[in-house]
Amino acid sequence: MIAAVDWSQVFNFADYGELIVLLRNSIIAGALLGLVGGLIGVFVMSRDMAFAVHGISELSFAGASAGLLLGVGVVQGSIIGSLIAALLIGLLGARARERNSITAVLMPFGLGLGILCLALYPGRSANKFGLLTGQIVAIDDPQIGWLIAVTLVVLIGLAVVWRPLMFASVDADVATARGVPVRGLSIVFMLLLGLSVAVSVQIVGALLVLSILVTPAAAALKVSASPLVVPLLSVAFGVTAMVGGILLALGSSVPISPYVTTISFAIYAACRAIAAVRTRRSSAPRPAPVREAQEGALA
Amino acid sequence: MPADATRSGSDPVLSLRGATLRFDDRTLWSGVDLDVQPGEFVAVLGANGTGKTSLLRVILGQQRLTRGEVLFEGEPVRAGNPGIGYVPQQKLADDGTPLRARDLVGLGLDGGRWGFWPSRRKRAVVDRLLAEVGATSYARKPVSRLSGGEQQRLRIGQALAADPHLLLADEPLASLDLSNQRAISELIDRQRRERGFGVLFVTHDINPVLGMVDRVLYLAGGRFRTGTPDDVLRSEVLSELYGSPVDVIRARGRIIVVGTPDSGHAPHDEHHDAGHEELCDHDPSDAEAVAL
Ligand SMILES: Nc1ncnc2c1ncn2[C@@H]1O[C@H](COP(=O)(O)OP(=O)(O)O)[C@@H](O)[C@H]1O
Ligand SMILES: [Mg+2]
Repeated sequence: MIAAVDWSQVFNFADYGELIVLLRNSIIAGALLGLVGGLIGVFVMSRDMAFAVHGISELSFAGASAGLLLGVGVVQGSIIGSLIAALLIGLLGARARERNSITAVLMPFGLGLGILCLALYPGRSANKFGLLTGQIVAIDDPQIGWLIAVTLVVLIGLAVVWRPLMFASVDADVATARGVPVRGLSIVFMLLLGLSVAVSVQIVGALLVLSILVTPAAAALKVSASPLVVPLLSVAFGVTAMVGGILLALGSSVPISPYVTTISFAIYAACRAIAAVRTRRSSAPRPAPVREAQEGALA
Repeated sequence: MPADATRSGSDPVLSLRGATLRFDDRTLWSGVDLDVQPGEFVAVLGANGTGKTSLLRVILGQQRLTRGEVLFEGEPVRAGNPGIGYVPQQKLADDGTPLRARDLVGLGLDGGRWGFWPSRRKRAVVDRLLAEVGATSYARKPVSRLSGGEQQRLRIGQALAADPHLLLADEPLASLDLSNQRAISELIDRQRRERGFGVLFVTHDINPVLGMVDRVLYLAGGRFRTGTPDDVLRSEVLSELYGSPVDVIRARGRIIVVGTPDSGHAPHDEHHDAGHEELCDHDPSDAEAVAL
């Protein structure tokens, strides 16, 4: 006989109000991550760095595992791992091709290192899995404090460098000619990206970081090209995915990541569909006058 | 130096004095003397690899001269000079770009300013610039959806945003069709007359700007010639410059240069066709007689 899923275990919304109060911190952290992910994702997309994000997240995982093993702390370890990876990729991979190969080299190394640290760690196995696939519910108060602080650093940093970073991302040649410190901004961006990845690893897990640092921005770019609308939409999508995922996960035995990734993916699919409909509409009217003209001639 | 004094006086906006650029053992050009006056339109001609882009990089303060000096409004050039507008070699924006036409122009105005909040006067200034370059009708379209000619207008608008005294345009006509070539050339010509900025216009093909340029800087084989098009684009002058017989043919208001030698200074340049310079307007039937 096939083992039936006990849906009352997967979804159990009794005591929901109590749970929400209990996990208020997690919800705040999730919302902040949605905010940060949505904003930094715009630059990840315009700098074409999705693959690099994935690479950083694996080294962040290695750092977190080492932090767990050595007792430094998961969050602290993951931040250190992230920053090292982000700087390496930023300094060595100025050109896209070079960046991709460095990322591809770092990624399995980080994953292997993380697995080694976890194998040596004597503690509970649930924690171990959580670093790869998400564990926000398991995070305690001091860790939430760290995550919120890091998130604020990223938000403030982005607010300061936003416009010159956008200039440097879309038009490095002209930005350089205009005296924008393109190289310095690229390093600053990598550091902010590293911090964002470290926070994401804690919440959605190293394997699923892209769902919050890339998918919302990619979705927003499908439906708009305005430098104001894209970040706003991207943030709305990111926060929806994060908070929605946490709220759904509260009443279930499934971790939050599947909810987050599914909501995020659904939003992206919807935006693609909207974009497709729009292109069809904008290209459709063209044959119409011709047909009318022909009909007119026939009449 | 006050801007207005520079523009109304006869001080050159750009001066090259004995400018020499050498990479490793290869001399791109040496001893170049050139003054660009305010409002003057100078075309920079030369085959691939003769160092035209490098010349612009020198003026932008991104590349140091091996010898000589380069002055912008009497001062040694420096990186990030807002008085110099720059239209780089065509690069089409790709899909992940969160910019509309007007935003690209706007970056020319405040792209270097920290923060994220736009200034109040930005909107009106960008509207005016869009109108000046004829881009108002697609102001709100995503840059990635625009044609090469449309993007080139925006780049010019972006460069004009800082009200430059010198405009550097690196092959702004490359990959444009003939009507767009004419439109872009005329746009730059009109703007430099109205605003009075000097122009250094890098091009493979002089013909689209033949009626507009005041002088040319012709680079070939590590050497150069400057002068009016009539002075420089002559069989004797180019034959002497190349060190081998070259014919300059004028037909129907166009100039065609025939028989330029494959430049021995770039033997590794695979894009280089043997027997003539790539100074053509990409007409296959012109394989022998190549328009300069
Ligand atoms: N920083 C550099 N170091 C070494 N060689 C360079 C450098 N920059 C350009 N070059 C070489 O100088 C030559 C001229 O380049 P470029 O100025 O781009 O020519 P053009 O724009 O006329 O085609 C090329 O062969 C290029 O490889
Ligand atoms: Mg060039």
